[in-house]
Amino acid sequence: MQWDTDQYKLFGRRTAMLAGGKLLLLSTLVGRMYYLQVLQADRYKTLAEENRMSMRLLPPPRGRILDRYGIPLAVNEQNYRVVIIPEQTKSVKETLLALGKVIGISSTESRRILREVKRKRSFVPVTVRENLTWEDVAQIEVNAPDLPGAMIDVGESRYYPDGYETAHILGYVAAVSEKDLTGDPLLELPGFRIGKSGIEKVHDLILRGTGGTSQVEVNAYGRVIRELNRQEGKPGAEIKLSIDIGLQKVAVERLGEESGAAVVIDIHTGDILAMASTPSYDPNAFNRGLSTKEWKSLIGNNRKPLNNKAISGQYAPGSTFKMIVALAALEKGVIGPEQKVFCSGHVELGTARFHCWKKRGHGAVDLVQAIQSSCDVYFYEIARRTGIERIASMARRFGFGSSLGLDISGERSGLIPDKGWKRAELGEGWHQGETLLAGIGQGYVLATPLQLAVMTARLANGGEAVRPHLTSSIQTDGTKVNKEIKAVKNIGVNSSHIELVRKAMNAVTNIPGGTAFRSRISDQRYAMAGKTGTAQVRRISKAEREVGVIKNKDLPWEQRDHASFVGFAPVDAPRYAVAVVVEHGGSGSKTAAPIARDILLEVQKRGAVSQPGQDQPMIDQPPIPERDA
Amino acid sequence: MRDIRLNEFDLTFGQKLLQLNWMFVVLLAATASVGFAMLYSAANGNLDPWASRQMVRFGVGLCVLFVVALIDIRVWFRLAYFIYALALVLLVLVEVKGSIGMGAQRWINLGFFQLQPSEVMKVALVLALARYFHGASPESVGRIPFLLIPLLMVAAASGLVLKQPDLGTTLMLIMGSGAIFFLAGVRMWKFGVVIVAAMGAIPVGWQFLHTYQKKRIITFLNPENDPLGAGYHITQSKIAFGSGGVSGKGFLLGSQSHLNFLPEKQTDFIFTMLAEELGLVGGLALLGLYLLILIYGYVISLQCRSQFGRLVGLGVTTTFFLYVFINIAMVMGLIPVVGVPLPLVSYGGTAMLTLLFSFGLLLSVSIHREAPIGRRGAEEE
Repeated sequence: MQWDTDQYKLFGRRTAMLAGGKLLLLSTLVGRMYYLQVLQADRYKTLAEENRMSMRLLPPPRGRILDRYGIPLAVNEQNYRVVIIPEQTKSVKETLLALGKVIGISSTESRRILREVKRKRSFVPVTVRENLTWEDVAQIEVNAPDLPGAMIDVGESRYYPDGYETAHILGYVAAVSEKDLTGDPLLELPGFRIGKSGIEKVHDLILRGTGGTSQVEVNAYGRVIRELNRQEGKPGAEIKLSIDIGLQKVAVERLGEESGAAVVIDIHTGDILAMASTPSYDPNAFNRGLSTKEWKSLIGNNRKPLNNKAISGQYAPGSTFKMIVALAALEKGVIGPEQKVFCSGHVELGTARFHCWKKRGHGAVDLVQAIQSSCDVYFYEIARRTGIERIASMARRFGFGSSLGLDISGERSGLIPDKGWKRAELGEGWHQGETLLAGIGQGYVLATPLQLAVMTARLANGGEAVRPHLTSSIQTDGTKVNKEIKAVKNIGVNSSHIELVRKAMNAVTNIPGGTAFRSRISDQRYAMAGKTGTAQVRRISKAEREVGVIKNKDLPWEQRDHASFVGFAPVDAPRYAVAVVVEHGGSGSKTAAPIARDILLEVQKRGAVSQPGQDQPMIDQPPIPERDA
Repeated sequence: MRDIRLNEFDLTFGQKLLQLNWMFVVLLAATASVGFAMLYSAANGNLDPWASRQMVRFGVGLCVLFVVALIDIRVWFRLAYFIYALALVLLVLVEVKGSIGMGAQRWINLGFFQLQPSEVMKVALVLALARYFHGASPESVGRIPFLLIPLLMVAAASGLVLKQPDLGTTLMLIMGSGAIFFLAGVRMWKFGVVIVAAMGAIPVGWQFLHTYQKKRIITFLNPENDPLGAGYHITQSKIAFGSGGVSGKGFLLGSQSHLNFLPEKQTDFIFTMLAEELGLVGGLALLGLYLLILIYGYVISLQCRSQFGRLVGLGVTTTFFLYVFINIAMVMGLIPVVGVPLPLVSYGGTAMLTLLFSFGLLLSVSIHREAPIGRRGAEEE
């Protein structure tokens, strides 16, 4: 059979239409290719690069913190940990089991690890255990053939060689919390640590340094294929403190089991040579992670180990405040240097009776005698004559009543009461009896051990308004910036008055009858002057007074008096001031004075540290141990 | 007279070899070589595991092509319905006891070879429809009852394939058959009716789709909706495509492909890799090769004296075109991802074999273009 012409025509037309349709569709493909590869090429090129490149942050090594002689106080230690790379073992479970035989892995731990393995990509190492001991590392290395996928990894972690002694000054580092995030990408690195208190916190930014970057090529699963570009970061700055770690250790050791604080300050520069607060804690434990039990025992301890008592403990200064009262009275002229006050053991004001610590009384005493024997009646009397406003003003000139601007946080301001304060805070008028109490450093008056040390320094240096500080220099990239010491103003107290008070303080320690005569330094080169303080923390009732005041040792710890001592040395050319406060320590002369004496003796023996340009102590300098650079 | 004529159309083996369209074979080999190169690149510059095996398959496929081409077109005419029936039986068989692959029942394991009946059907349906419409008069084509049998043939085939489920092949079967109906002279308005009816059936058919198929279509409509999930493939493919630019990133240097951002780079998405590494230039060059193959297909078909030969040739060519278009449109995000390989280039044995088998038919058409075929396979009176 044959096709007619119409049939051929129809077939030809249909074939042409089909072919045309196909050409049309092929041109849409070409059009699409043009759109993607020419018009949108730049956009997709960027996207492809973004896919391919990944920026990895390289955490910079944190800057070290050194003591004044360059002995490291905070360093970065290599921290060995064992990790498992799931893709390198046939069975993570079996490797864990084998690893458990070497280092012992609890079932909780192994569940945590298996969970992490499931969550992460198979080439991402999962940490099994951190802070391995050398024995563990060696054991794992030896057993390596039986531990497929297990690897020893080295990281850096903060280590404080003298953690217990320096915890309150240096503070500690810990993981970044939500509210610490500032936009610095370093903070988002897993495992990154920042300073949470003390020097670590105050200087966190400069200690932290700047992160480096490593530009890597990654595949679709995030595995790094190769490094394209690397930019090293800047390590954190090295910070030198004014602390003398040798002295600091002596101070902490001397305070021992007591709950207390000691501050040693250079009276001319304000360098804090030691600042101890006991009991302390081990900041290294924070870094490795505290157990609940450890944490509970820290916060449950009634001697408050976490508290830096040197700057945040506020105590009634007791008799150590009497120098201030004496200077205020001398300045107002309500008493002459030789003028005497008769002490019968108590004074009456209205219906109230104010007792001297010595029940039988001191008899007639002048200023020097009053300070030497710490006669309370003398000071009741001159305080009454001077008035609270004059006393408060003198106290503020010596650094009381406000924070001293120390370069770590946590400093409390203490309290110097006056009429305005009482009306504002308590809504009551001032009673004269309260002036009497303030005259012996009790009542509302509160001071921190640091303020007591600064007061003593300002007495010893003749009224120069030194301010305390811990940072002495900051070294970044080889450039050393010394902490600038501002020229200090004089607080404008008559120097003959200060001279008189210093003479009285000398009598306290060096003349028989002084309250701290037993704690004197007999070596004339190092002789100290000082003042004891014993502050009641409980009210003694009239009935108790009649049968005899209960001795401190018979009282429960919480009710015993706070003991304090302030002093300076050497007497003839003062250079160091010290303040010691022992919570519920009994009496200042028995508890605080011997501690202060030992510390002052030690600091003098350690050398002439305040001389300009002198970087090394002259004697008894312990060899600087070789630590990692 | 009949005897002499018969001799005139029965060519000797030597004559057949001479008649074989060798240029076309070279064209196929050139296209397949592009595939070898891309598979070499996909394995990061290694012949293993893909390029070498693909070469072997192409070699085997070429043998099949020659055998098919040298068999007389009239033999294929006589076997057309039988092959269709066989394919249908295989499809039922795979439904009953096929192995599970990619969540769909598609293969019959013959030990040495994974037989995919849906691929056989692509060829079988073309043969059967071409035979049915061979010599049909315009009057008969115009009658609806006459169209019922071929419609049933298409429905049975595509229904079974859809049930596997294999949406891509189903669409190819339906569109390929549509082209043959169209060429056979079925009236335009009838296509219109079918298309409208199909549109109406979409909401019903949607419910029969598998979740993954629905997801693919939703993803296609809005890929940015889920860039890390199901839309990831399309998005990454477009990025690879676009970032290739005009000249490409260079052979073996496609970052998207080699860093595994591009999925299935050796199979369905191989055109993307080519476009990334060789750019618009490379893409257009491959399209050019495909266009030449299509043109050859048309020329060969139109030179054929018999309607059967013409329909087989154009049917095969159209199926080939559908492979090309669906695959490339899919990787460029023009249509949903339906899993159709790029012909002669994508890694895979079954598709390669099907293609070379059907090109064998095309060459058989070419060799036996002068052979007259009667209504029932005999020479024309």
